[in-house]
Amino acid sequence: MATQILAPLPGVFYRRPTPAEPPFKEEGDAVAVGDTIGLVEAMKSFFPVEAETAGRLVAYRIEDGQTVDADDVIADIA
Amino acid sequence: MAIRKLFIANRGEIAVRINRAARSLGIATVQAASEADRDMLACRLADEVSVVGPAKASESYLNIPAMMAAITESGADAVHPGYGFLSENPAFVQAVEAASITFVGPGADTIARMGDKATARAEAIAAGVPVVPGSPGRVDGAAEALRLAPEIGYPVMVKASAGGGGRGIRVARDAADLEKQLPLAMAEAGAAFGDNGLYLERYIERARHIEVQVLGDGERTVHLFERECSLQRKRQKVWEEGPSSALAEETRQRLCASAVALAERVGYRGAGTLEYLYDDQTGEFFFIEMNTRIQVEHPVTEAITGIDLVAAQLRIAGGETLWLTQADVIRKGHAIEVRINAEDPARHFMPSPGTITRYEPPATGRFDTFVYEGYKVVPFYDSLLGKLIVHAETRQGALAALEQALGSLSVEGIKTTAPLHRTLLKAPDVVAGNVNTSWLERWMQAAKPA
Repeated sequence: MATQILAPLPGVFYRRPTPAEPPFKEEGDAVAVGDTIGLVEAMKSFFPVEAETAGRLVAYRIEDGQTVDADDVIADIA
Repeated sequence: MAIRKLFIANRGEIAVRINRAARSLGIATVQAASEADRDMLACRLADEVSVVGPAKASESYLNIPAMMAAITESGADAVHPGYGFLSENPAFVQAVEAASITFVGPGADTIARMGDKATARAEAIAAGVPVVPGSPGRVDGAAEALRLAPEIGYPVMVKASAGGGGRGIRVARDAADLEKQLPLAMAEAGAAFGDNGLYLERYIERARHIEVQVLGDGERTVHLFERECSLQRKRQKVWEEGPSSALAEETRQRLCASAVALAERVGYRGAGTLEYLYDDQTGEFFFIEMNTRIQVEHPVTEAITGIDLVAAQLRIAGGETLWLTQADVIRKGHAIEVRINAEDPARHFMPSPGTITRYEPPATGRFDTFVYEGYKVVPFYDSLLGKLIVHAETRQGALAALEQALGSLSVEGIKTTAPLHRTLLKAPDVVAGNVNTSWLERWMQAAKPA
């Protein structure tokens, strides 16, 4: 079943834990419930974006470093 | 030469504050804004607005080339950096100076010197200002550590000399304890940083954060007494007041005199703050660092001295020699400031950006803010919405004034830290002034529902 991962709060979305590290996930990767697929930075704090269903991360809808609003679709899971 | 047109390279409540101070002196203003900040209050107050870049601070408020382009294009003859962002960035100050524009603050060399902890510590020692006792340098081996520790004074903190971020820190209460801890500390330092060198420093368990406000003109400095900012969460101040109820008058005089000595030694120009740790148990104070800019909590000092610090910054930057002698600075009453942040105290201080659907400023006290009804608080910067400042004859009177003012402040649509302050001001330790820098976190931990 296709599901979407939404931004938990508004801020800036990052695909990597730090700029020097590899992305949490690549498109096509398998994801398990609770896997971190990115971070949202809001008011100088970072919050994990987690998968709520298991499956395959089909596509990121938000680019690394792009701003998001709460409930924006960040990624599609199939 | 007096400033005619001021560029404000900051945002939020401090940008509002600077606009107002400039206006009071008849100075025109140009307000910097990111693309996300066009609606903020400072943009409505300023004579002109200059959009410096996208929402992300690294592309706007922290972007030196973009900021410099906006400054030169604006025709401003001076730049006020506020606090945070580029306010203590020597490269930015150098760029402003190189463009023959006045920087409201000390010179790039002073900022670089006092911004580096090691050189600031050396300047303090040279000025006769006490610093936290520590080993003269790196300590290699247990024998040297055990020899130095009694001179430093127990309890000592053992830190990895290559460390940072709190890793590799241990506390030893006495020689036997230190002997036991040393091999572990060295092993941890080696594992974490690939270097088992250590550094010893006195561990001050019940430290208060006390800071001294100064104003200097490059030659002469006066102090404007102290502020106590011991109530902190994650090293962020949440409540500030002045005077500190912990200081005996004789200690206050020595503390403030030490701040003047250090500021004069470095030829300080502008408003600055010297931060100290105060040990409640021994009555000693130790210099930790200097902030070479206006501080968030400056209104506490304004309330007890009646001196407008931001206007003073602008006058000094405009070339005035200091118009105050130490005897002119008179302290009156007690002031408390609390920070109202867009955070939810009931949910681990989760950020709470969003639209303010209803806003009622406090009916009493001073509220420095940049919000208004209908304003959308953006998530890209810090969470400070405003600062509530009250002043009364006594500390007890100030606490009562704080309760009254908080009672009439209303912000709806987003969560704020106002409820935290309503609870805090009733806490017996706060009422008694019996606090230190770790008190707030311990209190919140204890208050947590099981």
